Order: sequence, then C-alpha cells, then structure tokens
Amino acid sequence: MTPTILGLELAYWQETTIRVLLGLAALLLLTGGVVYLYLFKFVSFMQSRLGPMEAGPYGSLQLLAEVGKWLQKEDITTENADKTVFRLAPAIVLASTFVMFAVIPAGPSAVIADLGTGIYFVLAMSGLSVVGILMAGWASANKYALLGALRAAGQLIAYELPLVLAVVGVVISAESLNLQDIVRAQSEGAIFGWDGIGNPFILTQIVGFTIFLIAVQAELTQSPFDMPVAESELVHGYQVEYSGIRFLVYFIAEFATAVAFAAVASTLFLGGWALPASWGLGDGVMHVVGPLVVSAKAVLLVGVVFWVRFTLPRFREDQLQALAWKFLIPISLANIVVTGVLKVVF
Amino acid sequence: MTAVTDRQKLQYIAAKAADARVNVELETEGMTLNIGPQHPATHGTLRIVARLDGEQVISAEPVAGYMHRGYEKLSEVRTYPQVTTLVNRIDWLGSFANEVPFILAAEQLMGIEAPPRAQWIRTLLFEMSRIANLVLFLGDMGVQLGAVTPTFYAFRDREFVLNQIERVTGGRFHPNFDRIGGLKDDLPKGWIADTKAVMEKVREFCDEIEELFMNAEIFAERTRGIGVIPPDVAMQYGVSGSNARASGIDWDLRRDAPIGLVYPELDWKVWTHPDGDSFARFWVRLQEVREATRMIDQICDGLPSGPIMAKVPRIIKVPEGEAWISTENPLGEMGYYVVSKGDLTPFRLKIRSASFNNVSITPWLLRGVYVPDIITILASLYFILGDIDR
Repeated sequence: MTPTILGLELAYWQETTIRVLLGLAALLLLTGGVVYLYLFKFVSFMQSRLGPMEAGPYGSLQLLAEVGKWLQKEDITTENADKTVFRLAPAIVLASTFVMFAVIPAGPSAVIADLGTGIYFVLAMSGLSVVGILMAGWASANKYALLGALRAAGQLIAYELPLVLAVVGVVISAESLNLQDIVRAQSEGAIFGWDGIGNPFILTQIVGFTIFLIAVQAELTQSPFDMPVAESELVHGYQVEYSGIRFLVYFIAEFATAVAFAAVASTLFLGGWALPASWGLGDGVMHVVGPLVVSAKAVLLVGVVFWVRFTLPRFREDQLQALAWKFLIPISLANIVVTGVLKVVF
Repeated sequence: MTAVTDRQKLQYIAAKAADARVNVELETEGMTLNIGPQHPATHGTLRIVARLDGEQVISAEPVAGYMHRGYEKLSEVRTYPQVTTLVNRIDWLGSFANEVPFILAAEQLMGIEAPPRAQWIRTLLFEMSRIANLVLFLGDMGVQLGAVTPTFYAFRDREFVLNQIERVTGGRFHPNFDRIGGLKDDLPKGWIADTKAVMEKVREFCDEIEELFMNAEIFAERTRGIGVIPPDVAMQYGVSGSNARASGIDWDLRRDAPIGLVYPELDWKVWTHPDGDSFARFWVRLQEVREATRMIDQICDGLPSGPIMAKVPRIIKVPEGEAWISTENPLGEMGYYVVSKGDLTPFRLKIRSASFNNVSITPWLLRGVYVPDIITILASLYFILGDIDR
C-alpha cells in the first residue's frame, strides 16, 4: 500500500525525507524554544536578573544573535590534536541525539521510524554519545579535556544502568517495547478500573519516573552531575579546545539531548502525545493535537531539568558513582521485582 | 643562574620516586596538571602545579608571582599619603581595610592619634569592606562547587554595600579615603539610616545562603572533612584570619590587639569552629558577616560627634623610626612594617598580607586529595591574588 500524506501519493523515499525533515525541524525549534525559555529567561529570573532584553521583543531573537556570533568565530583545531577525530567528534554527539529523536512518536502516525523495539533503540543510541565525548577528549590533546572525557565516560556508563532499569518497569506494565504501544497502553489503560485519565505510568511507576529523571540529569551531564564539564575546575572538560561552529554543535547537542530525553520521559511516563481514550477524541483530532501535547509535556520536563541544574552544587565523581551503584540501581531492581509481582497479581 | 633550593631538590626526587612507584605498581604514568595561571578557580593568576596519579594528587605546589606589582618598592618613591592609593589594590574586594594598618603605622611614628569620630568611622568602613569581601566569598563558594545561582545573589546584595561605601568615599572598589590623622570627609547626610537598611538586606542574604548551602546535602558532602587543617599545622604555616578560626584557634586581632579601632567598645563575638575543614571555613565566614552587620548597627547607633581630622602638618614628614601594625583584615592578618628615615617617603615598607601565608599551606593540604577537592579547598581557603602578589 502506498502511504498518503494530505491525499498525495508518495514514494517511500519521499515520505521518509519529509518525516526526517519535519522531525529535525521540530527538534531544532523545540531546542531553540527551550534555550530561550529556560537558559535565557527562567534562569535569569531565578538569579534576580532580566536576561537578554535587546535582541527582538523581550530578547526573543537572542539565540539567533548567539548562533550568528559562533558562526563568525574562527574554528580552531589545535596543533597537537588528532585532527580527523577531533573534527568528527561533535558530529557523532549530535547525530546520536537526532537518531534518538527518530523513534519518538508525536501523533498516531507522526513518527520518523516506528520500530518494534523503539525504547531499546532510544537507550542504545543515547549511549552512543559517549563515543563522541571520548573521541573529543582524547583527540584534543589537552589534559583537562582528557580528564573530562574519562569522567564523562564513567558517569554515562554508570547512569545508563538505572536509566535502562527504570524503563523496564514501564515495559512490563505496557507489555511492549514499541513507543506507540506504550503510549496507547497509557491512554487506554485504567487505574483499578477507573479510566478517567487513562493510566499514565507516572502514577503507577513513580519510583521509575524519579530514577529516570535523575539518570537523565546525569546523562545530560547537568548539575548536580556536571563533573565532566565542571567549568570551575575542568573548564568545560572535553569541550575545552572547541571553538566556533564545533562548539555550537556541542551546545545544540546538549540542549537537543535534553529535549529528546524529556520527550522520551513524557512518552514513557506522562502519556506521550495521547490524551486519555475515555475523552473520546479520535485519531483525526490527535493528528493535530498530539504533537502539541507531547511538546508541552517535554518542555515542562526540561524545565524541571533546568530548575535542578541551577539550584544544586555538583557531586564529586566518586560520590555520583556511589549514588548510581549503591542507591539508584538497587532501587530500580526492586522496582522491577515489585512491578512484575503486581503485574502477575492484578 | 637560578638557584635551586634543597627543598626543591627534595621535592623533585620525591616526585620522581612517586612516579617510579606508580609505574612499577600499576604501569601507568603520572600526569602533571597545570591549574592556572589562567583558570577560573584561581580568581586571577595563581598557578598550582599538581602531579596526578589518575585523579589523585601526589604533590601540588603553588606558584605565585604572575601578578606581582612591586608595591613594596614602589612605595619607597611615594609620599605617605600617596601610598594608600597603592595599598588599596592589594585586596581589591575589601580595599579600605588595606589602608587602615598603614595609616595607623604612620600615625604611630608621627605620634598622632585620630579623633574619636574618625576612629569610629574607620571601624565602620573597615567592617563594611569585610562584608563586601566575605559576601562575595559566600557566593563564590557556590560557583566553585557548581551552583551558579548563589553568586548572583552575592553580587546583587554586595552592590548595596558598595553603594554605601561609594556614597562616603566616592570610590566603589578603591576608596583611598583614610588619611594620616583622620579621614578625608565626614559621612553624608542620611547615610546612617540607609546603611542600617542595607545591613538588614545583608542579614537576609546570609539567611538565604544558609538555607541554600547549610541544609543542602550535596554541599555538606563536598565540604565536610575536605581539606582539614589541624590547629598546630595552621599555626606552623602562619595561617590567619577565618581560616585559623575555622581550625579552632581562638585568635582575632580585633579583640586581641585592637590598635586605633574601636572594637573593645562594641558587643561582638569571635566565632570559631573545631572541625578545620572546608565546611568550617565557610561557616565561620558566614557568621563573621553576620557579626559585622551587628557591629555596624552598633557603630551607627553609638557614633560620637566631633572633628574627623587631627592637627596634622601640611607637608607630612614622618620622624625617624620603625613601626609594625597589623589588623584583622577580611582575609586574615595584614600588617605593615614601616621604616622611616625622616623623609617624605618611607625608607622601606614590608607588607605582610594574609593570602600569601594562607596559600602556602596548599602543598601540605592538597597531598592525596582528588582533583575536584583541589577546587573546594582553594575556594574555602579564600585568597585574593592581589593579596598574594603585592
């Protein structure tokens, strides 16, 4: 069967191109919005200052000014750097984010690739960014960058585990790895027979949700887990030698990853694009409303990430490892057991 | 030819030995990490040469001198009133406090005593510069540990204090206000009421900081037990000020040797902490800011009337002699040894600044800690680069 969009019959490659471009545009728009809303304004108000006010109404075009500034700057590759690896590293980090975004559904059919093992794919791809970070740290030929990259590798691998284990509870509840199925399970589910708001897993999987958010904070290397980039000691760790457009790529990747993880979290725990099935809205409405719903949820979750980031001081490397191995992983394992038992009982 | 001291030789041998040991045991190579001279944690241009085994510090050596401006030598060609301009720039966060001991030393040589009102206002401004200095420390500690927000609060509330200093002296950073025999001007109209309001704001800031840090588990984990200085070691290295008091040494020149300032007439307390770790140093400074606001309130209430300038000859020639005066500055004990040959200029001036001695303990303190703790320890020792390299 040939798929159709707005009544037009399209070849597979045409359809895929449109989906990819729309997905990229959505991710970049959301990232820009999040940067303006939280990094420029929300944080400024937290810190009793105004933030950017001059570029555009209420400083709303500040991001364009910043991007323009970075594009103008010289793209320096240091002399001792392993040049190919050094130049490739930011692309890998950014690519891992984009690929992650590909399987997150934003509507009944608004998804770039509807994979049967969707959530598995997301977690695997998120782990790919470690490779880029290690490449950057090693290729920079800088001791600070190397220390930062090694810390990042240790941290990201340590927090990958609670991240995955927290998701297992959701997978057990939804009985599927497919993100669309997980969304449907939440919208069509019921809490002890009451289906007024469906069954968003944040209610039944609150432990998993909390662990997921903590692990996401660490995966994003945001404070209190920003030891790898600790600007007051490692002077931004593995990014220290980057300038101009390559630094911009890291910057975009950092916030795009925040958006992507928030979208994953809202899909897994907050019901994703769907509204409760009992509200009686058909797929036709959800084609339009779905992207807005999931974006709103994701933006709210990014807000939580930034709120924590600008409130707490950072853990030391050994302390954050201890938190992951001694605290988060046992709890998430217990969560899996309890979820499994309850699943069998009810 | 550069002379190599025995100490440096021994250190070199020790570092080589440590490397050899590491290489034999783990077949890894040690790494020398230059922290600074350009590094955000050094508040300027201090350089720490740290030899690392992984993330653990084998040895660390502070290298000062990147910002040496030669004030001791320069003051030999400046008249006494001109020297205050230079010494203002030693500890640039609490500038007025730098002028006071020098002026007191010159006054002692000349046999002049400032009138009571001048002494009270000196004490007032001295404590205000302490607040201007330490408030920034309270915020900066957050930045060093990764919490950016408290710094903005610190800068916001410090601004009020600086405004008050500016209204009196005309300078926010470098007042250059103290004169031999008194002060340049009296307080402006309405200043006292405004200052009391500002002190209320500073106290609120202290409460805010206490809530943000003291109750935060991460802050406690990062600072408690990190960089412990036992009292005897602190004394051996000449550590002074809040750092010494945080090690349980009950020693404060404001109480123990209050020359020329009115501390004995005020009701205040010297805060000490038994632990000697980074947390204790933070805590002691927080209490000292609170204590300073209380002192300023009392000074505002009890300010005597009268002249602000004693009778001083138009051309200041200091009689032959030597004088040593030290005061309890925001960073610790700061003193001036003035040698006069009866000229317009000092014959020799020796500046004892607190940060130089406070930083000299770092090789002892940084041995065996992890890289993140270097930053915690440096931040909690709290030095100003101008105070290390005069």
